Amino acid sequence: MKNRMKAGLVAAAAALALTAVATADPVDEKLVIDGQEMITRTAAPEGHPFDEVLSGWLYREAETRALEEDSFENPGMLSVEEGEEIWNTVEGTAGKSCASCHGDAADTMAGVAANYPKWDADAKRPINIELQINKCREENMGAEPYAFDKGGQKELTAYIKHQSLGDPVSVDLSQGDMQAWWEKGKEVYYTRTGQLNLSCASCHEQNNGNYIRADHLSQGQVNGFPTYRLKTGLTSLHNRFRGCVRDTRAEIPTAFSDDLMALETYVTWRGTGLSVETPSVRQ
Amino acid sequence: MASKPRIKLPKKAAAGEVITIKTLISHEMESGQRKDKEGNTIPRQIINKFTCAFEGATVFECDLDPAISANPFFEFTAKVDKSGTFKFTWVDDDGSVYETEQAIEVA
Repeated sequence: MKNRMKAGLVAAAAALALTAVATADPVDEKLVIDGQEMITRTAAPEGHPFDEVLSGWLYREAETRALEEDSFENPGMLSVEEGEEIWNTVEGTAGKSCASCHGDAADTMAGVAANYPKWDADAKRPINIELQINKCREENMGAEPYAFDKGGQKELTAYIKHQSLGDPVSVDLSQGDMQAWWEKGKEVYYTRTGQLNLSCASCHEQNNGNYIRADHLSQGQVNGFPTYRLKTGLTSLHNRFRGCVRDTRAEIPTAFSDDLMALETYVTWRGTGLSVETPSVRQ
Repeated sequence: MASKPRIKLPKKAAAGEVITIKTLISHEMESGQRKDKEGNTIPRQIINKFTCAFEGATVFECDLDPAISANPFFEFTAKVDKSGTFKFTWVDDDGSVYETEQAIEVA
């Protein structure tokens, strides 16, 4: 009896191993969200280590991919709706909401987030959507800036980025010192850190398509952030950066710090041409 | 507590076609089992009944219990023979009733 069970287990393990091998490569499928086709595969920009950049969607299981294909089933869309409420909510001493100045986000924010991060001439550093929201809150609304991941920051960011759904990511490196920050971000990307001595490139450049334990490594593209992760819900980009660094057992950098803003600039460029998929669904 | 209910079904169908209906409502579905920081029980508040009717005839209905997680999602199918309106109803523990409807044109 015991031996027979063991034999059964071995057979099951062998079958599992076979399935794992069979699904290790990214799939060759088209992502269509509510009838609109997304660019999930495109030629890499000049100077890129890959020939082709691939959306993380292609690396996920069929069930996870299906969730993103129907915006009704995409759990991230609940957060996008919350973001819409925040967009229309008056806050701060100036008595304004986002909508007071920007009107209908479907018109004014269409395509905007596909070109972030941008150069912020006042702060002399790159600015992303989260920091742009905070800048607006402080300078125009007279409201407190959001603390990292708090108070609706993720939801509002997801709502704004969702207005660019399908638009190809493109960062303008000619603005200000963006090129220098790109170089700095590249250095962060290739620097090994932590007790495990891993860089971003160790997994996402050298091993995408392979498994790290049960996790199917993708190219680490950021075109779908904030993303709905099956294990944590709506997850911001800097939270993901921090989680990745934590997993290398290194000291975790602060969200929106110089290192992470440089990394966001560089990694966003690595996904040039992919459609904004916010809110994407990932594992 | 609950916000707007959402539904998804085709606007047009062929006579006798089996269509898929999806529904979702944002709701905390507070089970009544949890306690707050002071140790007091948070009172139960859930959606306890969901109904879908087509021109007055019930298509799908179910009772919901406290183990059902937040934002309940239902997907079911219905066969449509004639044009008409699907009406959806969610009943909250506090007595609120959330309703929405959508017409379908059958050719």
